[in-house]
Amino acid sequence: MVFRKLLGWALLLSLVSVPVRAQNINAAGATFPYPIYSKWFDEYHKLHSNIQINYQSIGSGGGISQLIAKTVDFGASDGPMTDDQLKQAGFKILHFPTVLGAAVLTYNIPGVTGDLNFTPEAIAGIYLGRITKWNDPAIAGPNPGVKLPKDDIVVIHRSDGSGTTYIWSDYLSKVSDEWKGKVGKGTSINWPVGLGGKGNEGVSGLIKQTPDAIGYIELIYAVQNKLPYGLVKNTTGAFIKATLDGVSAAAAGAATNMPDDFRVSITDAPGKGSYPISSFTWLLIPAQIQDAGKREAIKGFLNWMLADGQQYCEGLAYAKLPKEVVVKEKKAIALIQ
Amino acid sequence: MATAHTTVESAGVTGPRALLRRLTSGDEIARLVTLIFALMTVLITGMIVVQLWVNSAESRHAFGWRFFISQEWDPVFNKYGALPFIYGTLVTSALGMIIAVPLGLGAAIFLAELAPRRISDILTFMIDLLAAVPSVIYGLLGVFILVPLMRTEIEPFLKETLGFLPLFQGPAYGIGFLTAGLVLAVMIVPFIISVSREVLLAVPREQREASLALGATRWEATWRAVVPYARTGIMGSVFLALARALGETMAVTMVVGNNPRIAASLLGPGYSIASVLANEFSEATGTLYLSALIELGLVLFLLTFVINGLARLLIVVTTQRGSGVAQ
Repeated sequence: MVFRKLLGWALLLSLVSVPVRAQNINAAGATFPYPIYSKWFDEYHKLHSNIQINYQSIGSGGGISQLIAKTVDFGASDGPMTDDQLKQAGFKILHFPTVLGAAVLTYNIPGVTGDLNFTPEAIAGIYLGRITKWNDPAIAGPNPGVKLPKDDIVVIHRSDGSGTTYIWSDYLSKVSDEWKGKVGKGTSINWPVGLGGKGNEGVSGLIKQTPDAIGYIELIYAVQNKLPYGLVKNTTGAFIKATLDGVSAAAAGAATNMPDDFRVSITDAPGKGSYPISSFTWLLIPAQIQDAGKREAIKGFLNWMLADGQQYCEGLAYAKLPKEVVVKEKKAIALIQ
Repeated sequence: MATAHTTVESAGVTGPRALLRRLTSGDEIARLVTLIFALMTVLITGMIVVQLWVNSAESRHAFGWRFFISQEWDPVFNKYGALPFIYGTLVTSALGMIIAVPLGLGAAIFLAELAPRRISDILTFMIDLLAAVPSVIYGLLGVFILVPLMRTEIEPFLKETLGFLPLFQGPAYGIGFLTAGLVLAVMIVPFIISVSREVLLAVPREQREASLALGATRWEATWRAVVPYARTGIMGSVFLALARALGETMAVTMVVGNNPRIAASLLGPGYSIASVLANEFSEATGTLYLSALIELGLVLFLLTFVINGLARLLIVVTTQRGSGVAQ
């Protein structure tokens, strides 16, 4: 039986050819960065064949609760963990920003082409239900020369809990006290007005079909699907069209006041070129990892992600981390013990 | 099976040999295996209830009965109430049933009684295909075809003709209760047709022939003799469809508007229990929030339970009062 012999040798070979102990690492969390994470884990596995990181994109909430329950080695979230959640965990958790995302305003107004300018007051007014007509002075003011209709605005928002909604409501909480007191920020919120669409595709689908609709979507989704979107006024008074560079600029603007635990919101960030509705997304890593093999593998991955890994960002339409943040994060890796 | 049991015992053959014979003959094994399978469904249902009950403890303690009457759903300030979701689930399902039941029953009667065999077979094959289409496809068709049609044609027409009713007032977005009900109707109609047709075909020939012999027309024979005979089975198909409508997630989420408000108008946006679970569960942070979502799951379970119970009751009442033919 030649075949059996061959099979035997093949089995033996496969046993011998594993040089070091395979390191399986489990992670779970945010869906927004999933494309870049899976690319990173894949590329890193190619470089270090013994390290396999399995990432399940079950959502930020799921990532945080699985990390607290210690069913995963690390988590990922689009919003930083709250003080309550950190206390609940009972062990120290470090935040590591990985890439940046942004939310943009897209709209469908019959007869209006070209990009509209939006002030923070106009955006908050629309989403609070205070501004109901397209020709309201708050919208028309920054858009001289554009003939806006007197029709009712149809407000669209995400219905599923999402990091994009977190960024959006975080921004509105900063620019409007009324929003902060009445609605607040979160991955799901109690919307004062509007219709909910599921996912970026649900929101953009509704906007495309509904005349006079406005809604927010992820920058990546707008770029990949070539959807038009508006400019937003930042803290310096300039109207900024969201670009990957503009988002990175916002992060650089916020870097000077970056707290050591990286739990920082960069919406409404200072800086001339900053796009104001931007945010980090984070990996959540326990400060103490008992298993030395896992610890070294995770630290190795973080170092690679901050250096070589960042080159994959733009291909997938994610904004890169600015240099200032990378330097700070590299120091923080030493805290993992 | 019970009679077989008594004959063995009355023959006086007891003890291990009898047991062995019963085992080798397969009856006892079959009884045990099927019993385990049957108990499994009870066990799974029981475990679902226990899990939902235990994991919703925090929310149940925090809100008590207010959970059922509160209209507020605010994850930021941790205030949760189920009423708009219960309302939305009931309204969309009811709309779906109102449209689907007459349509499905009529189609089933046509296919089983009136259509030529070959046409009936082809149509039935296609209806069975419809039943297998994933719900997200119905949702997409709803969003891209039905919603624009509703906004530009149907809803303005309803407002013009029936606009005096509070049911058809307010802006026509194209998405909302009515559209969700329509999509649900399209989704559940295949279930009603498919099962009802089988039940109608199973009605004995004599039932028709006797009726025709008494001088009934073909329609009279169908409506007075065949349909009442098959009533229990038809009801079964309707409740299967209702269960699917109550629990439908994706398709409803895509066209209902996802807005937890209670409004008289069917044109306005709403929300359903299954939809909010699908939307918010994965990103739910905070234990009270998760617990409230799980309690919503419990509410949906209860709702299904109560409606199914009422349905059984209806069957019992109607079969006792009806033609006296037990299925």
